[in-house]
Amino acid sequence: MLDDLLGNRLLSAALVVVGVPVVLVGYILLVEAVLRRLPRRWSPRARPWLWLAPALVFLGVFLVYPAISTILRSFYNRRNDEFIGLENYAWFFNAPDTLIALRNNALWVVFLTGLVVGVGLLVAILVDRVRYEGVVKSVVFLPMAISWVAAGVIWRLMYDFNPNIGTLNAAVTATGGDPIAWISTEPINNFMLIIVGVWMLTGFAMVILSAGLKGISAELLEAARVDGANEVQVFRQIVLPLLAPTIAVVATTIVIYALKTFDVVYVMTSGEFGTEVIANRMIRELFISGQQGRAAAIAVVLFIAIVPMMILNIRRFRQQEAIR
Amino acid sequence: MMESWHPARRLATLLVVGSLVLAACSGGDGGASPGATTDGGAASPPAGESPAASPSGDGGGTGFQCENIGGEVSVVGSWSGAEQDSFLAMVAPWEECSGATVNYTGSRDLQTQLTTGIAGGNLPDLAGLPGPGLMKEWYDQGALKPLDFVDFEAYSSSTPAGFAELGTAEDGTLIGIFTKAAVKGLIWFNPKHWTAGEPASWDELQQSAQSAAQELGGDAAAWCVGVESGGASGWPGTDWLEDIVLRQSGPDVYDAWVRGEQKWTSPEIRQAWETFGEVLSASHGGPNYIVNTNFGTAANPMFSDPPGCLLHHQASFITDFFKNEAGAAEGDYDFFVMPDINEQFAGSITGAGDLFGMFNDTEQARSLVQYLLTPEAQQIWVERGGFISGNRNVPLDAYPDETSRRSAQILQEAQTFRFDGSDQFPGAMNEAFFSAVVRFATDQSQLDAILSELDTVQADAYGG
Repeated sequence: MLDDLLGNRLLSAALVVVGVPVVLVGYILLVEAVLRRLPRRWSPRARPWLWLAPALVFLGVFLVYPAISTILRSFYNRRNDEFIGLENYAWFFNAPDTLIALRNNALWVVFLTGLVVGVGLLVAILVDRVRYEGVVKSVVFLPMAISWVAAGVIWRLMYDFNPNIGTLNAAVTATGGDPIAWISTEPINNFMLIIVGVWMLTGFAMVILSAGLKGISAELLEAARVDGANEVQVFRQIVLPLLAPTIAVVATTIVIYALKTFDVVYVMTSGEFGTEVIANRMIRELFISGQQGRAAAIAVVLFIAIVPMMILNIRRFRQQEAIR
Repeated sequence: MMESWHPARRLATLLVVGSLVLAACSGGDGGASPGATTDGGAASPPAGESPAASPSGDGGGTGFQCENIGGEVSVVGSWSGAEQDSFLAMVAPWEECSGATVNYTGSRDLQTQLTTGIAGGNLPDLAGLPGPGLMKEWYDQGALKPLDFVDFEAYSSSTPAGFAELGTAEDGTLIGIFTKAAVKGLIWFNPKHWTAGEPASWDELQQSAQSAAQELGGDAAAWCVGVESGGASGWPGTDWLEDIVLRQSGPDVYDAWVRGEQKWTSPEIRQAWETFGEVLSASHGGPNYIVNTNFGTAANPMFSDPPGCLLHHQASFITDFFKNEAGAAEGDYDFFVMPDINEQFAGSITGAGDLFGMFNDTEQARSLVQYLLTPEAQQIWVERGGFISGNRNVPLDAYPDETSRRSAQILQEAQTFRFDGSDQFPGAMNEAFFSAVVRFATDQSQLDAILSELDTVQADAYGG
């Protein structure tokens, strides 16, 4: 009976869609009923915890527990039956593949962040003064709506070696050149992949920076101009310092994206031709090499690399909240 | 017909790549999805009319007797679409006589699904296995159950030499059985442009190919090679190298290589890479073309006029791509087996097959395993097309088309049969091999560095 019920996918989908909210609302009603019976002093203290409890349980089961078990797993061998200390980490910092991955992630961090913030800022400033700002912003923002995998597929076709398929090589051959193997030629291929990331994320940076730009009071800029500052001076002495917190938030977000880069590389080169990145290496160690311990170590390294960025981001966020 | 490559990774990437190619060729015919054409193409008689539909025979010596046991058995395999229909047709007589139900699920990524299943304890009774390497690992982990109830002698005597043994673990226990088989190392040509017939030796083939290419002039080259395949890029080259090693240095070196005891830097393996290098140098388009061209479209220049290349090395599934990617018709292609390189090892072929293993030891699972080994069961799928049986008791005239009949004949007459070597490597070794082919095809002068890196991976990957 239960099997039949679960076997019917539509029915179980309906069950989940209706059931989960019902259970949650039921839980809240139950909590309030319990709180009413508690002594008066207790209920204000207990209420936030009881309301938070479902979220905390989910967070614990699906985030904290897997994170801790991954960290522990990274100290064990392939079969998970022998403690081997830091051996997986020693492997990570010595294997040629992972070192290339580290180098490439560093390239991604520097160039993706630099280009996205730079181009985003440039577009934001330029369109700030034109009438058709909305249109330009929409166009630049549009790629954000595309999934990373689809972006990888689109650009793979753009870069295709066959000039009948690849737009870039069609242009190259039309001007009389020989087709260039964009994806398989080192070192340009890493930059060709990073360009895909720039195409995807510039819109995001632009929108946030543009909002920050609008927050700078017009009087301030006016005063500077009256005092004889030229546009470059206005930008460097006034706009940039005032925009700094926003740029920092955007930059840290992009750095996290760069560290987590996976989809574009997986779709376009799968790490071949010296374009390997850490996340792709992790997938390969786990599912192809069957090295769970090493995959866990890679996950931990990635995690450790991202944590400072998260902390930075949260601090900035708090500061901004405090200003408000 | 996906039998001859990793169903898991290759199918997944094939689907991605296939849709790319489709998206790219605007106005291409809608039926060109390479993942969807899995049938052999010939009209197949309904299973009911076949004389093989009664499984109560002597089971080809495997001692299978169908008993009414009821219950059910869960099966996960890589087959979908037409292949899934054929599998279900094959097990239908068993379901009828045993009263048991087969719950089949097709999976595009067996490796991931079963790896996760083993970790989580949620496994089917029977499952297709991605290859002998993982099969052994899973047996060592205790996940795969021994098939000691199968009469191994009867089973192995009905298959080519060394075929059934591939399903055994280090300790000699049978843990995987073959149903579907495939012959690799077929050399395809376009009869309009290749008139030299079947050469007697590798040297003769290379010479005729060179002179034929020179005669055509222009950009024409002897070989069509393309090794791009998404996450599995390089695999067509690994098939090449396996065929060369087996024919050049023989089964002993091949086996040692597969076991991880033959160094990549050894003269035998090195020589194979050099031979492959000669092929690459005589290939259409040069290094950038080779590493950026998908295996499915690699043979397209063979069918253009004038042709860009004359010969293409690939397993039998490639005919689907000839038809759907290059627009070739039935008579536009033909094949011969890759010729012997060293006379001493004449009649050696490589191939692959779909392994089946048991994760839950139930009465129904045991019965179904024994049934699948019977020639009567396999003949059902053979007649529906797209299936080559490793069992000699399946008559050759049961095959519906010429390619599969000749493949089956090659398989049955082989002096030495060896399973796709890279599929038996540990995962990390296999991955490094794929990647090494791509690097080598990009720049042959890197061979020394590539081989010594492969040695490092070998030392690490076989350690457990």
